[in-house]
Formats: sequence, structure tokens, C-alpha cells
Amino acid sequence: MASSSTWSSSNWVMESGDVPHVLAVDDNLIDRKLVEKLLRNSSCKVTTAENGPRALEFLGLTSGEQNPLNGRSKVNLVITDYCMPGMTGYELLKKIKESSEMKEIPVVIMSSENIPTRINKCMEEGAQMFMLKPLKQSDVKKLTCQLMNRDCEI
Amino acid sequence: MDVIQWQRQHRDHQASMFREGFLDDQFIQLQKLQDETSPDFVIEVITMFFADSENLINNMKQALEQTPVDFRQVDAHVHQYKGSSASVGAARVKNVCVTFRNFCDAQNLEGCARCLQQLQHEYSLLKSNLQHLFGLQQQIQAAGGSIPTIE
Repeated sequence: MASSSTWSSSNWVMESGDVPHVLAVDDNLIDRKLVEKLLRNSSCKVTTAENGPRALEFLGLTSGEQNPLNGRSKVNLVITDYCMPGMTGYELLKKIKESSEMKEIPVVIMSSENIPTRINKCMEEGAQMFMLKPLKQSDVKKLTCQLMNRDCEI
Repeated sequence: MDVIQWQRQHRDHQASMFREGFLDDQFIQLQKLQDETSPDFVIEVITMFFADSENLINNMKQALEQTPVDFRQVDAHVHQYKGSSASVGAARVKNVCVTFRNFCDAQNLEGCARCLQQLQHEYSLLKSNLQHLFGLQQQIQAAGGSIPTIE
């Protein structure tokens, strides 16, 4: 993994024993299947979205709509691909961080390209972590461990 | 043929695919993801990859037949294919995609056309090799054996 922020300041760290609900966003069908399996293997509940707008919809952040459900209680982590047609992962990150309801939710960016300016841009915008694709099971286990505030042995 | 012989063939064929660069470590990562809750995971992902490949190669072909060629459009398809191939461990396909993207950046039509041919060739080889591998796998499973995996 290239970079990460501390988790301790995040009030989204969960109680041990809860099952994290992760929203995984990727336009590539194969990558969606892979990330879903990796997360399920790490005991997460997974919802996938194929683009930014669908992800925002699921989070209840579609503009003009009042989300009757408290989106905050639904999703514990968003993991998104960077390169997506239409809304990029970076733009999705921005929209989440700009919202009052969802700005605390940790957002992890994935990319197949290791570009320092891209990574810095995302970290500056508040990304929790940047991960290089293809993801490894050990990376995902570590991520979910941190989310659940457990001691992780990899 | 008995299970031991099928298993040996499977192991040898898989080893040669790695040796010849058709597959890389990511394919092993895929195998590691397969478990009791998803016993056909590898075949499912590879089947998706085959469909994705045919779709993307076709898109590239069509994009290269336009006048004038929109190299950004071609590159978009190649970028997708690079991602998918990397995700399943299809190393040779992925490497052709890398070269292909460079030709797109340079707006070199001839280079792109050559890469497309190479992609079609590599994909075809990979597909027949993987189908052979899965065929052996099915023989082993039908005979009640288990699939040897490379550690």
C-alpha cells in the first residue's frame, strides 16, 4: 500500500464484533467480483456499485434528495477505483468529503497506476488510504482489521 | 487414465503456463480466493475475462476502423483490458496492452494495428491453454481427486 492516514482520529472505527459494511465502486466487472470476494473473505458485508453516481445514490448523497434512511448507519467504508469514466474515484471522494452527512466515512482509493501526484492529490482530499491494484488478500485483511480496531496479525 | 496422472498433467500444464509467461502470480492469488463458499471462483472469473476480452478486442477493432481514428477511445478500451488482464494474472496479454497504450499515446496507427493483432493472438493462445487446464481440472474432479495448486 502506498499511503494511509491514522485511524485513531476517525470516529468511524467500529466496535469489535460488528460486521463492516463496505461499498466497493469499480467500473470493471472482474475487479468488482474480485474486490467483493476479498472483502467477504475478510468478514465484510459488501455492496458494489459500477460508478460514482450509483455509489452516491446508495450513500443517500444524490443532490436534491433527502435520504430518509440515515446513510451513516449503512456503510462503514467506501473503497473505489480511481480511473472510472464519468465521475472518477477522486471526484467521488471529493463529493463524499464535501457532504455533511458522509464526510467522516473512510474512503480508500485503488489504482493500477502508481503515480505519486495522483496519490498525494487523493490523500490531500482526505482519502484514508491508497492501494495498488491488483489487491492482495493481505492488504484487504489489514484494511478491515484497522477499520474494526482490532490487533492485526498478517 | 487415473487421478494421479491427470493431476500430474494439470500440474505440468500449469507450470508451463507460468514458465512461458502466460500467467503470473495474480493467477495464484485467484486460486487462493477459491474456497468452499465459492468453489468455482477461478472458472467464474476466467469466464468473465473471456467475455470481457472478446468484447474489448472487438471495441478496439471497431475504433481502429474509424476515420479518423480517435486514439483516446482506443486507449480507453486498452486501458480497460490492461486492468482486467492484470487482475486475472494474464501476463502476456497485459504486456501487449502496455505497448499498445504507448502506440495510442503516439497516435501511431500502424503500431496500434500490430498490437491489436498481437492481442488477438495472445488472447487466443491463453484461452486455449486455460481451457485445456480447466478440462484437466474437470477430469480430476470427476474422478474424485483434488486440484494441485502451486505454492
